[in-house]
Amino acid sequence: MTERSKKPARVRRLGPGPLVGLLFLLPAAVLLGVWVVYPIVYSVVRSLFDAPGTGFVGLSNYGTLLGDDTTLYTIIHNLWWVVLAPVVVTVLGLVFAVLTERIRWATAFKLIVFMPMAISLMAAGVIFRLVYEQAPDRGVANAVLTTVASPFSSEGYPDARPRESDALTSRDGAIVTTAPAQPGQPVLIPIVGIKQQNMPETARPAAPAAPAQGGGLAGTVWFDFSPGGQGTSGQIDAPERGLPGMTVEAVQDGRVVASATTADDGTFSLQGVNGPAEVRLPKENFSAAYSGVNWLGPAPVFAPELGLSIVTLSIVMAFVWVWAGFAMVLIAAGLAAIPRDALEAARIDGASEWQVFKKITVPLLSPVLVVVFVTMIINTLKVFDLVYIIAPPSVQPQANVIALEMWRVSFAEGDQGLGSALAIFLLLLVLPFMIMNIRRFRREAS
Amino acid sequence: MTAHADHAGAVRRGPVGRLADAVGGGLAQAVMLLIGLFWLVPTLGLLVVSLRDESVNAAEGWWTVFTKPAQLTIDSYSSLLATGFTASFWNTVLITVPTTVLVIGIAAMAAYAFAWMTFPGRDVLFLVVVALMIVPVQIALIPIAALYGQLGVFGSISGVVLFHIAFGLPFAIFLLRNFFAGIPASLLEAARMDGSSEWRIFATIVFPLAKPAIASLGIFQFLWVWNDLLIALVFADTDSQPMTKALQSEMRQFGTNVDIIAPGAFLSLLVPLALFFAFQRYFVQGMMAGSVK
Repeated sequence: MTERSKKPARVRRLGPGPLVGLLFLLPAAVLLGVWVVYPIVYSVVRSLFDAPGTGFVGLSNYGTLLGDDTTLYTIIHNLWWVVLAPVVVTVLGLVFAVLTERIRWATAFKLIVFMPMAISLMAAGVIFRLVYEQAPDRGVANAVLTTVASPFSSEGYPDARPRESDALTSRDGAIVTTAPAQPGQPVLIPIVGIKQQNMPETARPAAPAAPAQGGGLAGTVWFDFSPGGQGTSGQIDAPERGLPGMTVEAVQDGRVVASATTADDGTFSLQGVNGPAEVRLPKENFSAAYSGVNWLGPAPVFAPELGLSIVTLSIVMAFVWVWAGFAMVLIAAGLAAIPRDALEAARIDGASEWQVFKKITVPLLSPVLVVVFVTMIINTLKVFDLVYIIAPPSVQPQANVIALEMWRVSFAEGDQGLGSALAIFLLLLVLPFMIMNIRRFRREAS
Repeated sequence: MTAHADHAGAVRRGPVGRLADAVGGGLAQAVMLLIGLFWLVPTLGLLVVSLRDESVNAAEGWWTVFTKPAQLTIDSYSSLLATGFTASFWNTVLITVPTTVLVIGIAAMAAYAFAWMTFPGRDVLFLVVVALMIVPVQIALIPIAALYGQLGVFGSISGVVLFHIAFGLPFAIFLLRNFFAGIPASLLEAARMDGSSEWRIFATIVFPLAKPAIASLGIFQFLWVWNDLLIALVFADTDSQPMTKALQSEMRQFGTNVDIIAPGAFLSLLVPLALFFAFQRYFVQGMMAGSVK
């Protein structure tokens, strides 16, 4: 017996009668009885009735729960949450707790990472709606991605097409000359359909190309469009500008024999080409520049049947942002409590730091890690606010979770029979952890 | 966070601190800086967006503020306050403060009974409290909505408060009971021998001694209720709605309402943040007491 459980027994001689104890308990008992215990019973019964609550339907609401695609996928989404979020939060918490022992500004770091715990999930949801905005010039996530990716992706001319004529045609996304170009003849490639924002600032007025040295092909790729409809189609007119940075290839017998990039005035020169060759602007010229990830989109990550969409991953990341600080602080406290002797002894025996970490630190931390992990499982099972706020209405079916579906079914659609079944289902999911808590408490008390 | 002060110093480097030494101090610093930024930048984004004009927000990212600080304005805040958002702020206060006070009072009484009195079924009842700690609120939404409908308190602030109190109690009783059990028995025995009433002992000895635990509990309870959306969504109407619900109703047109949502969201998190920075020690202690023990 610990001292804690001995004490109440010792004062029994002096303590008040049982009636006083029950009196102290009364307000809490009434509130818990009416608002928590009675609803559990009510929900069990209500889940056996139909939507209006008049017809007894047995377990058919539970059949709908597992048989209907909407609710089934809702449950599957929750499973993904349970698989992903607790592991990530616990591992990050461990990493942060370990790394903060290393830096001088640990207190500041902990405050920053822990801060999201204080704010509402509603506010966190708004914060991440802003982070995940699709346009790279508004959403910071895509701004970072496109900036990182920009050296690797060329500035393209999406939707560009050749000026309609017999000389040029589109093939598999590329623009090619219909007849092989002859050396000595300037190759004119007029392009239309370029949007103002895709026009590079470096573009200069288009110019006829100087003949290529050594008998190659030379020509001009330009934007064959004059404001006000002036100018002649297929001819380089005064205000028309060249299209810089365009890749041009010479193709003979299906093989690329030379390639060049257009200058600021749109001219190019393909040297070392003997005889006529097809001139091609490969399709890479016309793909849109990388614009980031559609964070809140319904696109599946794996096969669609597996039910994991990008939007779910994005919301899980927001969840990790909120909870990593919780894990870090608990684990850091656990780290601080590890006896130094055991670690020193292992080091003297020649264990490497990694071995010490893996064989001693982590096992000694395991009770804390389990607490964090289990708390996160319970939180992921109950997750509601973040999904409701972050997922745009049109994508909510792909992001839906049990707690949200329960609210939606019960209060937006008005089927409180199915809603009660969902609530009971949620209760059943957390039941193992309830039993775990009771066991742990009894073990600690005895 | 204070728990770390002792081995942050150079002499008693933590066990895994040495591992980090091996990895390389500079690398650790850089990684931590990056992680810190990752945690800070999203909230900073909300703040800047809330401080710029709708048209500016639509045209360019908030990070351009570093080159164009002149764009900052409090116009969004003043127009938000003109829309009646203040009413929902006061609703949040009117829901949160009574809930916090009542949870502390009611839970403390129950915790005192569990810790220092004997009555039949005490241990079983306490196990029930432990079990109720993780009951999802979803279980009570439909039954209590039906009950409130019959009693005519649906949509009232008191209905929301009572719901919050009930679901706050299990954790509160658990936390306070564990703290009360650690009070020296001699103190209570002496008072009981002097013939003090149980109420007097509770109010003048136990409750004042439990100030640290009550502070931890109070902060947690306050934040839970202040930050709640789901319970407000079901039980509050437009007259009694707190800030979270008022903001949620603007979310459907997120793009066009961002000039309302961003300042509203930032206002709603000012109070929690202030509490957090002022009382972070109690915040951490409450978290430990609630989850580890």
